[in-house]
Amino acid sequence: MQDVATKELTNEPVGKSVTRIDAFEKATGAAVYVDDLQFGPGLYYGKMVRSPYPHALIKRIDTSKALAYPGVKAVVTGKDSPLPFGLYLKDRKIYATDRVRFVGEPVAGVVAISEEIAEKAAELVEVEYEELPAVFDPYESFQPNAPLIHPDLGSYEVVPFIFPEPGTNISEHFKLRKGNPDEVWSQCAAIVEGTYKLPQIQHVPIEPHTAVARWDPDDKITLWAASQSPFAQRDLLCQSLNIPHGNVRVIAPYVGGGFGGKAGISIEANVVIMAKAVKGHPVKVRNTREEEFIGTNVRQSLHAYYKIGCDKDGNLLAMEVQYYFGGGAYNDYGVNIVRAAGYSCTGPYDVPHVKGDSYCLYTNTQIGSAMRGFGMPEIHWGLEQIMDQLAEKIGMDKAEFRRRNCVQHGDVILTGMTINNIDLVKCIDKVTQAIQWDKKELPSAPNKKRGKGIAIMWKAPAMPPNPGSSAIVRFNEDATLNVFVGGQEIGQGTFTVMAQMAAEAVGIPYEWVRITASPVDTKYSPYEWQTVASRLTWSMGNAVKMAALEVRQKILDVVAKYWNEDPKDLDIKNGVVVSYKSEREQPLQKMVVYGLPNENYEGWQGGPIVGTGSFMPTYVTGLDPETGQGARAVVHYTVGAQAVDLEVDTETGQIDIIKIASAYDVGKAINPDLVMTQIEGGAVHGFSSAFEGYIFDEKGRLLNNSLIDYKIATALDAPKKIIGDIVETPLDDGPWGARGVGEHVMVQTAPAMANAIADAIKVRIHALPLSAEKIYLAMHPEDAA
Amino acid sequence: MLHEITLIVNGEPYNVAVRSDHTLLKVLREQLGLVGTKIGCENGECGACTVLMDGKAVNSCLVLAVEADGHQIETVEGLSKGEQLHPLQKAFIDRNAIQCGFCIPGMLMSAKGLLQENPHPTEDEVREAISGNLCRCTGYVRIVEAIMDVASGKYDGGKS
Repeated sequence: MQDVATKELTNEPVGKSVTRIDAFEKATGAAVYVDDLQFGPGLYYGKMVRSPYPHALIKRIDTSKALAYPGVKAVVTGKDSPLPFGLYLKDRKIYATDRVRFVGEPVAGVVAISEEIAEKAAELVEVEYEELPAVFDPYESFQPNAPLIHPDLGSYEVVPFIFPEPGTNISEHFKLRKGNPDEVWSQCAAIVEGTYKLPQIQHVPIEPHTAVARWDPDDKITLWAASQSPFAQRDLLCQSLNIPHGNVRVIAPYVGGGFGGKAGISIEANVVIMAKAVKGHPVKVRNTREEEFIGTNVRQSLHAYYKIGCDKDGNLLAMEVQYYFGGGAYNDYGVNIVRAAGYSCTGPYDVPHVKGDSYCLYTNTQIGSAMRGFGMPEIHWGLEQIMDQLAEKIGMDKAEFRRRNCVQHGDVILTGMTINNIDLVKCIDKVTQAIQWDKKELPSAPNKKRGKGIAIMWKAPAMPPNPGSSAIVRFNEDATLNVFVGGQEIGQGTFTVMAQMAAEAVGIPYEWVRITASPVDTKYSPYEWQTVASRLTWSMGNAVKMAALEVRQKILDVVAKYWNEDPKDLDIKNGVVVSYKSEREQPLQKMVVYGLPNENYEGWQGGPIVGTGSFMPTYVTGLDPETGQGARAVVHYTVGAQAVDLEVDTETGQIDIIKIASAYDVGKAINPDLVMTQIEGGAVHGFSSAFEGYIFDEKGRLLNNSLIDYKIATALDAPKKIIGDIVETPLDDGPWGARGVGEHVMVQTAPAMANAIADAIKVRIHALPLSAEKIYLAMHPEDAA
Repeated sequence: MLHEITLIVNGEPYNVAVRSDHTLLKVLREQLGLVGTKIGCENGECGACTVLMDGKAVNSCLVLAVEADGHQIETVEGLSKGEQLHPLQKAFIDRNAIQCGFCIPGMLMSAKGLLQENPHPTEDEVREAISGNLCRCTGYVRIVEAIMDVASGKYDGGKS
């Protein structure tokens, strides 16, 4: 461990690029992930039996052969967990009861004394199905004659701000109405229409989903999970199992990559039901990589239609958009992505007349759910390409077109809310400078063409109106400070940033702070809604700052009494209380636990110093269900720009990225280098995502269900030159002005690439993925056989 | 059936009885308790389980434990000597090359294997050497820089 006495200390750490607090553990292999926990010889192993059909009725399940297999301890089915659950729309069961809706849906779970036995016995569970017609494409699912995936949609419990349409496959329809586009199309000097599509893609964290559950004989449940949402998981489990929150404990150590895939529930509830059948024994499931692809949540697919117009000077006048999201078999989480896409449907543009319709459609595919960007990468893909085409049509520089039309501080945006404290123009300036936007550059070879492209973005944390954060801070005798939080370290660096904030607020060095959150434990950790939406720096940061300021004040009060001075004259600097009046000094060591004696030891002041903080936005309002209008749709937006310089090989269709430049307005960079590592990793994630996509056969079976067939960028593929820049326009209610940036960094990479490709070869790619084949055939349509 | 084998892991001999179908990865984690080496795919596709076998980087999920009988195995747990971090570990920390950390043990072992064979690689050679180690967080930028820092002698003259 760090030696407090000898280590170089960092005072006033906010804004400094201190070393990550978790780096040492992770570099030595000491950091603990769920799969590393030891449960002893009583541990059982679970294996799920999954549906081979995309849509079918379950006629009969016979578990007798599996149960009779030596070493098998239990087999569970939908009968063991009949209640539905969901964050926003309760449309999902833990194990299918009467119907399956995608290939890979859990139908039964086998518990055995070894992984091998569980796997063998799972093959012995007999399930009789009656196949039903299935639908995979969201736009087909939208059609009136599409097979109905949830006939009981009208009976599902739903939160008041989500609007399913029973009798259809529509689980959410968000309407945005502002002005009347139909009245102004005739005034437009240029109008561009287009349909753009994206397939489902996977998060592909390197750590597979892993969960261990133990159901004790007194009905206390412990779940150890790789989780971005231990508290939300506890809540969902309690809903689904109809048990008190106090009976469920979720323990979540370090997460080996989340990206949204470990938010909400995926395998965890299935494991809990397995554990219920073998009370007292922990049961473990670690997904195989194939199960990761077929059995966990994915980013939704999208079929999007855009019609956008501007006047001859390049001012946007009107926009009509229809977003058809493929939400997969269950939309308990996806409906809120679609809502977010609806209230942000214009992207970061000021448009006077808007008609937006955002639909979530059930499809017989993997469950669409949260993924880094939460609807924004999907809608920006087409939107940012249309903006390029509009600029082209009226003969305006594409960066200038964006400067002219992008949202700015003080603008009233599409929902009627005023957007504040952002500087997107500065982000555009930075990225255009970084890639020498105005300079036409030559390709490296005669068979290559070079192009530059730009794309801008916005994204708000998409959450219920009132997601809360809390924090507890507690001093030790040596004046080190334990900061208890319930947010999760998934790689983004939140523990480091929280330690910086706590140290800064109290007035102690960064190195004195310990983050007490690995594992996050719902029994001991303060409540945190979820580690999603790039919300921790802002929301949990506010809670930590509040708790730290509370202990600071308590210390000042104690020392002021001890010195018989006014607390207002005192300060804490570098871990020492100082008086600006008497110039006395009092180190924090010991006094933060033992207090300070009165004169001549006639009694004592103080005692163990503890502080708490909690934060919840209280100002988000509802939106009119017919127009999407309301005073404040979201807490805030983060904005940014990316520019890409690339070459296309005209003989192969392959792309070679020369440079990606990114700039985001983060309000305040608490740790600038950690922001840069998000920018770099996000650009590569965005780059990689442009080549990814689920491929199904006609029976809804995923064909690319391994890392061989579903490629993510390797060190050889990834762009080498990524230039990052940070803009800081302080947020009014962020700690030190900070807001989140974890997701934004990949939102517009794919359209920036597509715009650069169009610049290079004068061809528009409308559907992801950007395969070399697709680009080649777009250049050489005569070769398409 | 069980086979009695000897694995020399981070310099220490371990006598273990292993199943013929169990991989080196499984034995390291479950029988020796060396859980620093991670399971990402068990198909040799992600590199999270990379260890050195006789100095060469291998996917321990593709090596049967019995094949490793008598061989020298190095894992992430053997990199640091007491409190003294290996130069690669120092460089990864200094460069902020670590995010979620799950790929890092494998990444470090691939890097060590590379530098033992080729102490002064080019950036392309570094990228080639770690191309079997997938990372979804970092974009590889800092990881490559960290390995190049060690190769350039920034830490202890590049000794590894």
